[in-house]
Amino acid sequence: MISRRDFLQVSMAASALVGASGFGNWSRLAAQQSLTQDQLLEFDTFGNVSLIHITDIHGQLKPIHFREPSINIGVGDNKGVVPHITGADFRKAYGIADGSPSHYALSSGDFSSLAQAYGRVGGLDRVATVIKAIRADRPDAILLDGGDTWHGSYTCLKTQGQDMVNVMNALKPDAMTFHWEFTLGSERVQEIVESLPFAALGQNIFDAEWDEPTELFPPYKMFERGGTKIAVIGQAFPYMPIANPGWMFPEYSFGIRDENMNAMVQEVRAAGAECVVVLSHNGFDVDKKMASVVPGIDVILSGHTHDALPEPVTVGQTIILPSGSNGKFVSRVDLDIRDGRMMGYRTKLIPIFSDVIEPDAEVAALIDEQRAPHVADMAEVIGQTDSLLYRRGNFNGTWDDVICDALISERDAEIALSPGVRWGPSVVPGQDITREDIFGVTSMSYGKAYRTEMTGEFLQVILEDVADNIFNPDPYYQQGGDMVRTGGLGYRIDVSKPQGERISNMTLLSTGELIDPARAYVVAGWASVNENTEGPQIWDVVENHIAKLGTVTVEQNNSVEVVGV
Amino acid sequence: MKLTRRNMIAISSGAAVVASFGAMPAFASLADDAIAEITGGAEMGEGALTITAPEIAENGNTVPISFDAPGAVMVALFADGNPTPKVASFKFGKLSPSHSASTRIRLAGTQNVVAVAQMEDGSFQKTQANIKVTIGGCGG
Repeated sequence: MISRRDFLQVSMAASALVGASGFGNWSRLAAQQSLTQDQLLEFDTFGNVSLIHITDIHGQLKPIHFREPSINIGVGDNKGVVPHITGADFRKAYGIADGSPSHYALSSGDFSSLAQAYGRVGGLDRVATVIKAIRADRPDAILLDGGDTWHGSYTCLKTQGQDMVNVMNALKPDAMTFHWEFTLGSERVQEIVESLPFAALGQNIFDAEWDEPTELFPPYKMFERGGTKIAVIGQAFPYMPIANPGWMFPEYSFGIRDENMNAMVQEVRAAGAECVVVLSHNGFDVDKKMASVVPGIDVILSGHTHDALPEPVTVGQTIILPSGSNGKFVSRVDLDIRDGRMMGYRTKLIPIFSDVIEPDAEVAALIDEQRAPHVADMAEVIGQTDSLLYRRGNFNGTWDDVICDALISERDAEIALSPGVRWGPSVVPGQDITREDIFGVTSMSYGKAYRTEMTGEFLQVILEDVADNIFNPDPYYQQGGDMVRTGGLGYRIDVSKPQGERISNMTLLSTGELIDPARAYVVAGWASVNENTEGPQIWDVVENHIAKLGTVTVEQNNSVEVVGV
Repeated sequence: MKLTRRNMIAISSGAAVVASFGAMPAFASLADDAIAEITGGAEMGEGALTITAPEIAENGNTVPISFDAPGAVMVALFADGNPTPKVASFKFGKLSPSHSASTRIRLAGTQNVVAVAQMEDGSFQKTQANIKVTIGGCGG
């Protein structure tokens, strides 16, 4: 048991983005001019062990803009609780002042103007500076990468993840777990993993043929740090062969496997671990449920759903910290491990303001080296935008509106479908759209844009199926993405209903007529999980569309009516 | 590990699929009939019998299922959404080192896999896992 005194002490520290200096301090800093690297890094070193967590970088080597969602609906037990509160409600819950750096980093609202004031975020050279500073405080801090690292950019696609591997290796992680990495194909994954100078963990990565653990991905690694033993157990994304093309990695099976997680926790405790950390790619709500089902986990470092929270959420004796995405945040977690248990913690979610944190020169040079062969191609300006282009949101994002428009016009379709992924940097109004920007929201190893016919009935089955992956009240049945984006098709969704009853009023927007279940519609989409999908690459489709438009302007999208919230 | 709460939530959503999609006939009564054949309608307890199964099947054609039933002399598995719900039955003798088994089954769609165990004293135990079969495709 953690004593009440410890908890009180902890909650004071943990509730602050700026660590010991007190929550809300940032709100008093009017703008970036008064924000310093020292303030971002300020931390009163605590206990005897430090963890550093970064996750869901999605190939973003350089600073980017990234707008957080304004719609992120929670269902079941997670209705109305973090991370399912957004914008002004989120700021109110954490006492964050409007217009403050925390507002810009953590919540939606006024993004375009705040982006002008506070600039880009992320950049692995800045991340390197933060990691070095933490290691200066605590030389044996454990750096953990939550996965979705070797995917998501032009250079990452062209080098099959090698750019990210080279740069991450320079940061010297101690362990990593996985998701999109597997979309490189199992052969490439094996090649990279065998080259890694750190542990590739996944207690739920099994051999598909025998349903047994694999040798390539051990379940956990023990670390002796600060006079104690810490076990880090890996938890890869459970639904990879379902959410992504399983034919690319048929040798592997995943799943939540909380029974095996429980067995691993027992095993590491029996082997002398005084602290059990789960490096997870479950997604936040799945992690909360896992913490309630599997006893004995002290810390879950949470990834996949791209949530960023300024303080940990506790479930029983477990603290859960989601550290955002796209290189925007690094979490520092200091733990006091004594007498066989976690006695206290102090955490800080450090936002990587790229104009405030000095880039690490060595890593900056390494990044430039990875990009150099591709810079001319990436930098080509394809068009401009009058609108903020972003992706996050349960039902649509302006980037996806552009992609759906591109599919309809370039592929001559009535309806477009675009996957509800959560990665992809934003582009602010007035900015050029470069080829790199387009790859930032489209690049993947299965990006072909198909064109096919689907009946109205089948379209409804798809919408119902995907909706249940998001709004099933049991987190274990959620896959952690957002609703498939639709172009040319409007619908009403009641998120409170069970599968088969959520979707109604499906409408073909071009005519205003209700979708006929028996009629076939011409549908264009991309990111199909089916093998042998044919069509041009989605980034070429989007580039052609934007080049024709010249300047992109996205109108308000009212095609999805949401009820039952 | 007990899977009770998860199952309760899952069952309700699974049942709704059967009811509303129409494409999948409700075979649950067939499974109930098959179970009644074994138990003779006796009350079934729970607690000693556990099923381990994926929440969402990676491939509905081959879904790994395992069970652990200490003290059971027989365990029968049923897939309540399949046209033929009876899957398999396993008999355990006094010298069986463990009363567990694993197999793979084909599932026609989202449904419950039900395990019924006959215990040494002749009483019955029942547990089930809801397994979702999905078209997938849009992970974050």
